Amino acid sequence: MNDHNLDERTRLGAIVSGSLTRGVEVKLDASVSVEDMAVGRYVAIEGEKRRFFGMITDVSLEAIDSRVTITPPDISDPFIAQVVAGTTTYGKLRVLPMLTIGSDAVSILEGPQPAKTVPTHFSEVKLASQRDVELVFGAEDDKRFYVGTPLDMETKVCLDVSEFVKRSNGVFGKSGTGKTFLTCLLLIGILQKRAAVSLVFDMHSEYGWEGRNEKGYKVKGLKQLFPSKVAVFTLDEESSRWRKVSTDFVVKIGYDEIEPEDIELLRQTLNLTEASTQAVYQLAREFGDRKWLEAVLNLSEDNGKQLISKLNIHDSTYRNLRRGLETLRRFPFLVPHASDNSVQRILEYLERGINVVLEFGRFDDFAAYILVANLLSRRIYAQYREKAEKAGGADMALPHPLVITIEEAHRFLNPELSAQTIFGRIAREMRKYNVTLLVIDQRPSGIDDEVMSQLGTKITCLLDNERDVDSVFTGVTGKSELKSVLSKLETKQQALIFGHAVPMPVVIKTREYGSAESYKELGFLEAAELKRKAEKEIEDLWAT
Amino acid sequence: MDLGTKVAEVIEASSAELMAQCYKLDQAPPLGSLVKTKGGSWETYAVVYNVETHSLEPGRRVVARGEEMGTEAEIFRANPQLAKLLSTDFRALVVGHCQGNGLYHYLPPKPAPIYSFVYVCQLEEVKAFTQSLDFLSLLADARLPISVDEVIAACLRYASRAYPDSQAFLIKAGKELAWLLSSDARRLNSVLKRLRQ
Ligand SMILES: Nc1ncnc2c1ncn2[C@@H]1O[C@H](COP(=O)(O)OP(=O)(O)O)[C@@H](O)[C@H]1O
Ligand SMILES: [Mg+2]
Repeated sequence: MNDHNLDERTRLGAIVSGSLTRGVEVKLDASVSVEDMAVGRYVAIEGEKRRFFGMITDVSLEAIDSRVTITPPDISDPFIAQVVAGTTTYGKLRVLPMLTIGSDAVSILEGPQPAKTVPTHFSEVKLASQRDVELVFGAEDDKRFYVGTPLDMETKVCLDVSEFVKRSNGVFGKSGTGKTFLTCLLLIGILQKRAAVSLVFDMHSEYGWEGRNEKGYKVKGLKQLFPSKVAVFTLDEESSRWRKVSTDFVVKIGYDEIEPEDIELLRQTLNLTEASTQAVYQLAREFGDRKWLEAVLNLSEDNGKQLISKLNIHDSTYRNLRRGLETLRRFPFLVPHASDNSVQRILEYLERGINVVLEFGRFDDFAAYILVANLLSRRIYAQYREKAEKAGGADMALPHPLVITIEEAHRFLNPELSAQTIFGRIAREMRKYNVTLLVIDQRPSGIDDEVMSQLGTKITCLLDNERDVDSVFTGVTGKSELKSVLSKLETKQQALIFGHAVPMPVVIKTREYGSAESYKELGFLEAAELKRKAEKEIEDLWAT
Repeated sequence: MDLGTKVAEVIEASSAELMAQCYKLDQAPPLGSLVKTKGGSWETYAVVYNVETHSLEPGRRVVARGEEMGTEAEIFRANPQLAKLLSTDFRALVVGHCQGNGLYHYLPPKPAPIYSFVYVCQLEEVKAFTQSLDFLSLLADARLPISVDEVIAACLRYASRAYPDSQAFLIKAGKELAWLLSSDARRLNSVLKRLRQ
């Protein structure tokens, strides 16, 4: 099917029944083997008045008469096998019609529209041509970024990045399915098309400077590819140095920056009791919002005892809280007072259009991740909000859109926490202040349904847990059909994209990332080449 | 058998079938072959379904004569009158007709005229006629004193000789049968087995 003819469409069969919501049924021609079909593939249907585009959502075997299945034809005889294929027994596809294109000039100008009806009986069904796919997804341009190819095709599927960043989005898939690689590509797309600046909370330190693929080979991170557009901030200077990462800033957080809310979010992670988190608020009232943590950490045994009796805090509660807070004390990036303001530094970079990746180094546990991501995002968001409100009042341009990328999103956005965290708020508020999220998770069922349904575009690799699959499709039409498509994805480097930024759901083989070839395609020049290019430019200068 | 030459004459005709007497003893067209008559303003196409050689005079049975002879041919040499007393007839099921330039795969308005000459179709004619396999339904639904499925299989095997890729033709025809006999898997199986060459 990798045909040179871009318009080539292979005939598959004809529509025999169906409905818009459940999809139409296509009887396969005898010459087409069910084994060559695959869910997720695109088909074009020539209706009487318009052309439809749809996706194969199921493939089945049918017999014209149920008795055939009781006295099966003798297909060990190749002649009989050929005769019964497509006649007595035949293959059937279920196709979900998604878009239509009318044939008159106006509708061609309008482009593909959502399908509101189905093609007539016996309409011809063909595999979509390369050109069809291009028509639907658009060619690569200053807004559209090439993310992958449809199944069995070489056409590029492009994502309208400027639409994408208008809402919060999600990347899902079980471990090892390609979320990180895909996210890296998305971040590059956002960067290259200048759709937004990114702030990435890079738990496993793989986006900023260097990651590794499965085989253990190094994979370039964002800063290596786009040095002038990306800054790497680190929480773990030492680890960054060992890994020879060129970092731009070492993040330190003062005790005085940690608020009682931050501790509340860590309740599960630090194993705090309900009472302990309540005690934090009491302590903050006692010592002041900025001083309480340092004060509590420095309390001597005796002073502690006095304090809790004064505040009427139970001894076991106090001990539970102390144990939790001691965990925090062990993080070297937490200091009594930070000399430089990390939030301000991050904002400075973002304002200059430079993407910031914060790597966690050795502190890739949830306590550090949740604490830092929340604390920084909350304050950055507050600044964006202030700017946006000022801009709104003064009729000025809004701040440049910001996309915050978080991994293990269910840790922040589970039903228990999503109402309290800044991330829940950003997801719910849509893009009020030009800040959106890119959430990455392998366990989407852990994320609050309300947040899931607010995500504009979902990109999901293979998920095998039924609850995760269900949660990804909350509130999506054609749910059961898409579910079957999702369950058939390959275990790696394939994803189903649906939602706001794509005209119709699409299964892609994710664009290659991590090879020299792939860097080149992304516009990266190796040092030697850069030098040659510079020399050439100088030469040219003299030549004129 | 010389294709295209006349081999027999219609001696009994109805809308659905015809009976013809061959000019030469034992020289009937093969079972399943396509024959046509040219009587009238149309040509009738028919598929041979039964061939019979018998005594011409009713009541006079043929008796065995060769006990003393070395070969069967000697019987005829010793009794030259036999050729006149015996006759080979065949019956053919009407499967279509040709009128003007049109070829139709359904029954003609009138039966073939009595005494019309019967020709064995040439391979090109077989090919032209079997471009459409609609006539198979006429065969499949016929009630004959012999097995219809035998006739269908013989007819298709015969027609397949007209095609350079006879296997492809048989598969196409097999698929047509699969539709026609869709409610009878056992019967379909048995016909298909007979299509193999
Ligand atoms: N787009 C891609 N290009 C090249 N290799 C990929 C791609 N996507 C996934 N892979 C391979 O699959 C492995 C797992 O992908 P990764 O993104 O780390 O998974 P996840 O983040 O979902 O656990 C990678 O190490 C890489 O070898
Ligand atoms: Mg990962």
